[in-house]
Amino acid sequence: MTDLAVRPARVWPRPPRMLLHAFLVIVSLGWIFPIAWAIYNSFRDYSYTAQNGYVSFGGFTIKNYVNAWTQGDFGIHFWNSFVITAPAVIITLFLACCVGFVLSRFSFKFNLSLLAIFLAANLLPPQSLLIPVYRMFRSIQVPFWLSDSGTLLNSPIGVILMNIAFQLGFCTFVLSNYMKTIPNEIYESARVDGASVTRQFFQLTLPLCRPPLAALATLQVTWVYNEFFWAVVLIQRGDKLPITSSLGNLQGQFFTDYNLLSAGSVLVMLPVLIIFFALQKQFVSGLTLGATKG
Amino acid sequence: MTAQSEIAPPRAADPPPTKARRARNQKVRKLTRTDLIVVSVMVAVPTLLVLVLVWFPAVATVVLSFTNWNGIGALSSIKVIGADNYVNVATNYPPFWPALQHNLLWLAVLFVVATPFGMFLAVLLDKEIKGSRIYQTAFYLPVIMSLALVGFVWQLIYSRDQGILNAVLGTQIDWYGDSSINLWAALVAASWKHVGYIMLLYLAGLKAVDPSLREAAMIDGANERQAFFRVIFPVMRPINIIVLVITVIEALRAFDLVYVINKGRNGLETIATLVTQNVVGEASRVGFGSAMATIMLVISSIFVAIYLTIVMREERGKS
Amino acid sequence: MSRPSTEAQYLAGLTPASVAATRLGRRSLLKSAVAGAGLLGATGLLAACGSGGSSTGAAAVANATGPLSFGSNQSDATPKAAYEALVKGFNDPAIQVTTNTVDHNTFQENINNYLQGQPDDVFTWFAGYRMQFFAQQGLAGDISDVWSGIQGDSDALKKASTAADGKQYFVPFDYYPWAVYYRPSVFAAKGYTVPKTLDEYVTLGAQMQKDGLTPIAFGDKDGWPAMGTFDQLNLRINGYQFHVDLMAGKQAWDSAQVKTVFDTWKRILPLHQADSLGRTWQEAAQSLQQKKSGTYVLGMFLGQQFTKGADQDDLDFFTFPEIDSNIGTTAVEAPIDGFMMAARPKNEAAAKKFLSYLATPQAQGVYVKSDPTVVAANSGADTSGYTKLQKKAVEFVAGAKEISQFMDRDTRPDFASTVMIPAIQSFIKNPNDIDGLTKSIESQKKTIFTS
Repeated sequence: MTDLAVRPARVWPRPPRMLLHAFLVIVSLGWIFPIAWAIYNSFRDYSYTAQNGYVSFGGFTIKNYVNAWTQGDFGIHFWNSFVITAPAVIITLFLACCVGFVLSRFSFKFNLSLLAIFLAANLLPPQSLLIPVYRMFRSIQVPFWLSDSGTLLNSPIGVILMNIAFQLGFCTFVLSNYMKTIPNEIYESARVDGASVTRQFFQLTLPLCRPPLAALATLQVTWVYNEFFWAVVLIQRGDKLPITSSLGNLQGQFFTDYNLLSAGSVLVMLPVLIIFFALQKQFVSGLTLGATKG
Repeated sequence: MTAQSEIAPPRAADPPPTKARRARNQKVRKLTRTDLIVVSVMVAVPTLLVLVLVWFPAVATVVLSFTNWNGIGALSSIKVIGADNYVNVATNYPPFWPALQHNLLWLAVLFVVATPFGMFLAVLLDKEIKGSRIYQTAFYLPVIMSLALVGFVWQLIYSRDQGILNAVLGTQIDWYGDSSINLWAALVAASWKHVGYIMLLYLAGLKAVDPSLREAAMIDGANERQAFFRVIFPVMRPINIIVLVITVIEALRAFDLVYVINKGRNGLETIATLVTQNVVGEASRVGFGSAMATIMLVISSIFVAIYLTIVMREERGKS
Repeated sequence: MSRPSTEAQYLAGLTPASVAATRLGRRSLLKSAVAGAGLLGATGLLAACGSGGSSTGAAAVANATGPLSFGSNQSDATPKAAYEALVKGFNDPAIQVTTNTVDHNTFQENINNYLQGQPDDVFTWFAGYRMQFFAQQGLAGDISDVWSGIQGDSDALKKASTAADGKQYFVPFDYYPWAVYYRPSVFAAKGYTVPKTLDEYVTLGAQMQKDGLTPIAFGDKDGWPAMGTFDQLNLRINGYQFHVDLMAGKQAWDSAQVKTVFDTWKRILPLHQADSLGRTWQEAAQSLQQKKSGTYVLGMFLGQQFTKGADQDDLDFFTFPEIDSNIGTTAVEAPIDGFMMAARPKNEAAAKKFLSYLATPQAQGVYVKSDPTVVAANSGADTSGYTKLQKKAVEFVAGAKEISQFMDRDTRPDFASTVMIPAIQSFIKNPNDIDGLTKSIESQKKTIFTS
């Protein structure tokens, strides 16, 4: 859109191209409209919109953001989200690299069944696992330095573990496919130099996997950050819940202020948005899901 | 996308490495003792995690579905009641069949409308066009939102008295509340997100297709559409399968969105919300809820099995 | 489940005629004993008369120290602040109370897991079957010794706090009545009078429709508000005892009596606001507030949709009109909210001390002042600051012969949420198949109540 406007010197695209652009502009505007609408209303005073309806103009304020932040305790909840998301994503990616590495480098008999176990796990509905998981976490005793509740309940660790277990399949699949495209010669020479498997993994494979890792990191951050179910059922301390849950605090029991909720939603979206923009360059290119064969 | 890092993954049509040179053929017995231990640990830790945290609970749920446990009290208090729960679900629980229908409708809409549209956008964006990144971002934005947020954002549009849709159309339709249309309203919102998701996956797949393939087809006299359907689409098989499976799973799991709209009631029942209402809430009909969860598991495992068969065939073909 | 039978007994025993009587006595007692009302005074008194039967003796409670966790579901700004003031008012330097606030919905939906996991020492909950259920499952702590020190709570409240085993597990904090709410200014302007019978109500409704008003505001998006309408109709048509027995699973849902309830509801359904299944009760309450609707059958909490002051003063209620003169309007629905103790609290002595505090009129006064849509459970509470509505609520409930809680508090939670919510919603959608509906409810009820 800006690209079109900024360079007037350029030869205008051929008519079909124009049509394509017109189509894409209209569709993408339609696509961002719901979000833009929420953002627009997040900057408006509730009493103004209550009086004039949402389809109106005026009553602008940033009060909603201030209120959302304080009323939803966003500071602490953002931190909680970070405490869950960062380790979960890093550990998931690391473990997926491990499995992917083995699957792509060695031909064990059980390779295929292993991949099946991981992939299928990714697809099971979480609700159906809740009760057994809850019981299990309640009975597993862990040292207090690891979780101040003494079990995996009410601890970010439980939520991190569930996220890892659920996300491993997809990451393993993408990474193992990608790793298969790494030419064998690289490993051969390393082996001749006497490099152990560990060294091959850390010094060759991991650095080469940067593009898919960046792409997966973006996706994983989005998924884990937005994950709501496990957090709410496994954590019962209001002050330990991640940010996605604090929207519930804004959605009043007796009173719902949509403007406030919009502001809260925008705040909740921000971190993922930032990560997306930061990693966007690597995003699509890295997510080749393994090269497709001709 | 110019973002390939220093080692770009080989394009799809690069000559595949010959078997003899493939690293994966490295024989296990060539490994040293230490290496063998390292390799075992690398596989064992993640596998154990998945087995203990996903597979074991899945099996436990299936077992619980044959009991009348209320979720409270010792495991020894569990009483096995055979298939009673299943009979009850099917014959004595009015929301069940509508819920199943809703899931299937969800699947149909995602499959027939949202997924092809996402693919279509990806194909358009794969052309070297100006501002591709901006379009991509616009379509991708909904994907970064949780489905709960999606439900809320659309509330501002659908709300009967305050939504912009009724204001623009001059109607008084209760989009989220009228049980004859609220599923469709929810499906629009769900598709909105799903399209971006599919667009992204497909775009990534298209990037990996060697451009010379299409060129060759064009030289042979095929037009663009023919080139896509006859050459590109078949080559994208792995992506197509992933997209298919993701679509199916999203449809079966449909939960957050309807739950945030009205807790999955009044026209928005889905299996996942029924499971939740019975298992999570105060209700605590664990056995009964588990029976529905098991039904869900069975249905999804059918698709998972199809998926795995295809993937495995591909895998075998490669090695 | 042996629960229902005893539930019937306890509900039958809710005869708050005693409320008025105890209130007077309690007042004077309070004046002499606490004189000026330091909390330490009140708890000291308590400790002195605590029974020694439980694991924590009276002395231990009096000398309780250490941290105490308090589970609250009040995440809205105003009540949250009121709870903070409440905790602050506890003012016991030896006990450090930390409040764990979880939003209302999440708290309720996870209550089972919450109580089986690591519940807070003291937590908010509801009276009725909903309390008894957890007591019977061993998920709540016996606080009978706290009760022996509570003064100012009527026998009815004590019964509402007692489980099947005869022990108390609940400290009542506040309550609010369900009734027909309206704006007196609207009634005055249009010359409406409060209907005494259902026929009058229907006639009034027809008049309201002529005047361009929705006769009965209605919103059932969340599934539970319509249960209140069912309760009102059932209490008026079949009476309190039948209602209690029905909730306890002892009466058939496909009986002629229940069908009459649905038939009557069907008759007045056209007076209700249309498209109710997509409307929250908040939105429905706003239509009353904006004088677009004439009346609303709901709990007093609907006042929260009204601005404090003049707006709230223009809100009044009348009891749901009589349907059968043999039954009358003696039964009132007035759910009680309050607190419970975890089965195995980390700090039992402090928890009991805190619960004794929560039972005092002073503590309840702090909260009730911030939320004028509830009234304090303790009859010793200072009512001088009450709004007109609060004062009327106290009289209304005190004048009732029988008190019910609410459908989802009086019957099994699994039955209420998985059977009744979909059933009532489907009735609202299609009120014509009452036979099929009641048959389906009954057959589902059987599988749940026999499990």
